[in-house]
Amino acid sequence: MLAVLLAALPFLIGAGLGNSWVRVLDFVLLYVLLALGLNIVVGYAGLLDLGYIAFYALGAYLYAWLASPHFGLHLPFWMVLPLGAALAGVFGVLLGAPTLRLRGDYLAIVTLGFGEIIRIFMNNLNAPFNLTNGPQGMNLIDPVSIGGVSLGKSLEVAGITLPSTYLYYYLFLAATLLVIVVAMRLQHSRVGRAWAALREDEIAAAAMGINTRNVKLLAFAMGATFGGLAGGLFAAFQGFISPESFTLWESILVLCMIVLGGMGNIPGVILGAVLLTVIPEALRYIGDLQRATLGQVVVDPADLRMLLFGVALVAMMLFRPAGLLPSRQRKREFSAQDGVAEQEQASLYDTKA
Amino acid sequence: MDIFTQQLINGLVLGSIYALVALGYTMVYGILELINFAHGEVTMIGAMVALSVIGVLLGASPDLPGLMVVIAGLLVAIPACMALAFGIEKIAYRPLRKAPRLAPLITAIGVSIILQNVAMLVWGRQYVSFPAILPRGQHEILGAHITDLQIAIVVLSLLSMAGLWLLVEKTRLGRAMRATAQSKEVAELMGVNVDRVISYTFIIGAAIAAIAGVMVSAYYGLAHYYMGFMLGLKAFSAAVLGGIGNIAGAMLGGLLLGVIEALGAGYIGDLTGGFLGSHYQDVFAFLVLILVLVFRPSGLLGERVASRA
Amino acid sequence: MQATRFSISAVIVAMTLALSACGEKTAEGPEVIRIGSVAPLTGPQTHIGKDNENGARLAVDEINAQGLELGGKKVKLELLGEDDQAEPKTATIVAQKLVDAGAVAVIGHLNSGTTIPASKIYHDAGIPQISPSATAVAYTAQGYKTAYRVMANDAQQGKALGQYAVGKMGAKKIAIIDDRTAYGQGLADEFEKAAKAAGGEVVAREFTNDKATDFTAILTSIKGKNPDLVFFGGMDPQGGPMAQQLKRLGLSARLLGGDGLQNVNFLKLAGADAEGVVASSPGLPIDSMPGGPEFRKRFEAKYGVIQVYAPYAYDAVYALVDAMKRANSAEPAKVLAELPKVEIQGVTGPVKFDAKGDTVGGAVTVYEAKGGAWQVLETVK
Repeated sequence: MLAVLLAALPFLIGAGLGNSWVRVLDFVLLYVLLALGLNIVVGYAGLLDLGYIAFYALGAYLYAWLASPHFGLHLPFWMVLPLGAALAGVFGVLLGAPTLRLRGDYLAIVTLGFGEIIRIFMNNLNAPFNLTNGPQGMNLIDPVSIGGVSLGKSLEVAGITLPSTYLYYYLFLAATLLVIVVAMRLQHSRVGRAWAALREDEIAAAAMGINTRNVKLLAFAMGATFGGLAGGLFAAFQGFISPESFTLWESILVLCMIVLGGMGNIPGVILGAVLLTVIPEALRYIGDLQRATLGQVVVDPADLRMLLFGVALVAMMLFRPAGLLPSRQRKREFSAQDGVAEQEQASLYDTKA
Repeated sequence: MDIFTQQLINGLVLGSIYALVALGYTMVYGILELINFAHGEVTMIGAMVALSVIGVLLGASPDLPGLMVVIAGLLVAIPACMALAFGIEKIAYRPLRKAPRLAPLITAIGVSIILQNVAMLVWGRQYVSFPAILPRGQHEILGAHITDLQIAIVVLSLLSMAGLWLLVEKTRLGRAMRATAQSKEVAELMGVNVDRVISYTFIIGAAIAAIAGVMVSAYYGLAHYYMGFMLGLKAFSAAVLGGIGNIAGAMLGGLLLGVIEALGAGYIGDLTGGFLGSHYQDVFAFLVLILVLVFRPSGLLGERVASRA
Repeated sequence: MQATRFSISAVIVAMTLALSACGEKTAEGPEVIRIGSVAPLTGPQTHIGKDNENGARLAVDEINAQGLELGGKKVKLELLGEDDQAEPKTATIVAQKLVDAGAVAVIGHLNSGTTIPASKIYHDAGIPQISPSATAVAYTAQGYKTAYRVMANDAQQGKALGQYAVGKMGAKKIAIIDDRTAYGQGLADEFEKAAKAAGGEVVAREFTNDKATDFTAILTSIKGKNPDLVFFGGMDPQGGPMAQQLKRLGLSARLLGGDGLQNVNFLKLAGADAEGVVASSPGLPIDSMPGGPEFRKRFEAKYGVIQVYAPYAYDAVYALVDAMKRANSAEPAKVLAELPKVEIQGVTGPVKFDAKGDTVGGAVTVYEAKGGAWQVLETVK
């Protein structure tokens, strides 16, 4: 039932709202991928990462280096995507290693700095050696092509025309499902429990024999890998990337998604990503509506968008800190703020649930 | 030599601004262990409010002496920022004082976004220019140029620091602050009204932020809803560099960061033969921050915080 | 599996939201030909974006009033205005939307950063795109047969400025600063090439960013190299304080910039220190355009003051319609075949494209700030 619906979704949306909304749907899936990746670092392991978009950038740039006219390389996507994910993973460890001793808010600031440094380098490495083409960005990136069929063009199968956006939808859907499966298995594995322990109390976790160093590095690496994968897909889909797409605000946007949806809970994270990608698109119609009815834009939806995000962040933390769809464990943590005993009891039972 | 002197002056003035803003971060962090992301935005609001007042005054009578008009703007901006910071703490941070650590940090980011966007709605997206009404006296020292305004910035930040130091070390409120920083619970038992002490901390930090905001916009001749964010980040880096929670450290960190940036941007191109250039100016600040946090989390002058970091 | 349930419900929410706002109308009578117009209609560049759309709309209304016949049938043009928010990602979404809506051509987008990613979608759909205002060289360098523009690109402007600096301003030692945006860097690079070719010596190349306000470090470093001209590739929020700090540090070099500085806001931000700053703008000043004053009258009667690019959007529509007339059809493939042959006398001057899709002989006008206003120095071809 669900599988059928997911498979039919682009057709439903394409027929009802037009192909441009299928493109929005593609972006929704990309953000779901990003949010799931960040969720591993922030939601599972409790490490606040404000530079997450750097891994997305690394994946995207690696794809562009290996599959565009820039260096004249045109490697197939099944080689480039894993390489991009791996490169991002390596950088995840590089970032994680020196920051192992830092706790919450210091870590947030260091990761923020890391994200900005990566962006500044991408923006400037067109000289002395033209690696990234600087602020001009990299263009004419190869689309994904499977078995000689390019996803960048529409495809005719049995008399039905599948536009490029539909084809990418299925590719992104496959990647998302893969990442969901991996994330779910991770959550309930030994590593997942170690992350939870780390998040709750690092000292206690260490005392229980958890190698906090390895566990932290693994969280960074896994999160970064997913980010790198999403970045590669983004580059192939857009065909053009520039440092503008990888600003600090994108990192904060992805963070908003998991905070809004529910940290640590996969359905919640997905909901957050869907809402925060679709709402700005829907807000655009408020602008169109005003133009149609009043002849001008009185309240600029672009002005409201960021304001709404800010209000959402504060309101969520104050009134529903565990998110719209919290994980059971989180919910208890946030409601039993003072009662350490209660909380311990809760986590005790949680292992059975 | 005159170029080097000039770069030092550039760095010291820039550093004094960082230091002024850093004082607010360091006070709040010292007591609450919270990175008050919104502090940079409070600085911005200070500049915007002052500019509005200046605009109104000049509109009413353009012949008023410039210095007086700016001081009037400042006198409105300071209480406005104090009220703002009081409100932020009470509404957004206080309910979360016992929540898991991520919660207040995320809230602080949210408040920062809200302030930016409200400022954008009120004052517009365009850069607002600061009217050229201040006296533009210029002096030459060792072949380098320095203006009255630059001297005023350095002097004011030194005075602010000294005043703050006296407040923390010599007054009852200061003692209560130090006690709260050590342990909120014990301070409460000793009869300290912790809520009030925290409110005062935010309010005092905001007053200094307002001064910094007006100085920045007067110095660069403009203000913008986005100006607080990068300034805040740099200032926080300065506070960390000097040793967070330490008032003299914030000053030292600010001055050092300013000088590092100026000398870095000024000389790196020539030193590396054009391989690295001034486009990496912002990288220096972040790199300093990361290196300090990784190798000496207590900062240059900090001691206490080391165990907590 | 719970996961997917929520994405579905969210999509349903999105669908209802969108459906309530959608709804397409088809006109009766003559065959309707849809032309897209894309520019930021919300956000910081709203006023410029609206200006673009109004320029295109004026042309469309005039052409409809005169009546247009293609292939022996009366046709009516319909302009579909879209908002790309000056954001690359949104640009591709609205481009897709226009292609879906059956637009046969697009006038837009406004910024290079949006025009380039969108051009891929128009290229894949095989419909012509004419940008009134995107100036990045990369836009027409992609090899797309669908990408055209009616304004001088950064290379043309940078070249004109470089020659002007050395030839007319007599600059020998030049320092160059750029703001590391696609626009600023592109312009500065082209300026550097042209200035060197004209015999100028580049003594310093410094960089800043588009959020910076403190330039004292790089200006001091530049001062040590004694240039007689400082070129800045960037926008007015940086140019204003830069002009002030230049004077404050005692540099005697003159400041030269592109169209990012040639605006009223720069004069405000730089204050008294704007005096003597030279900056260029692609195209002619509106009053020197062959049809400028006439155009201004018609435009202002309908939409108010011209911001900047309206005449270019207007000319872009006429260039497109000229190609349609030559093809005697609105079919994109046929129009594309005729676009290289287009030759019209537009408001901004003669409009003609080269093999890449760039405008031939785009003019650049140089201005000087004098007494708080921009005064025309001369127009370079």
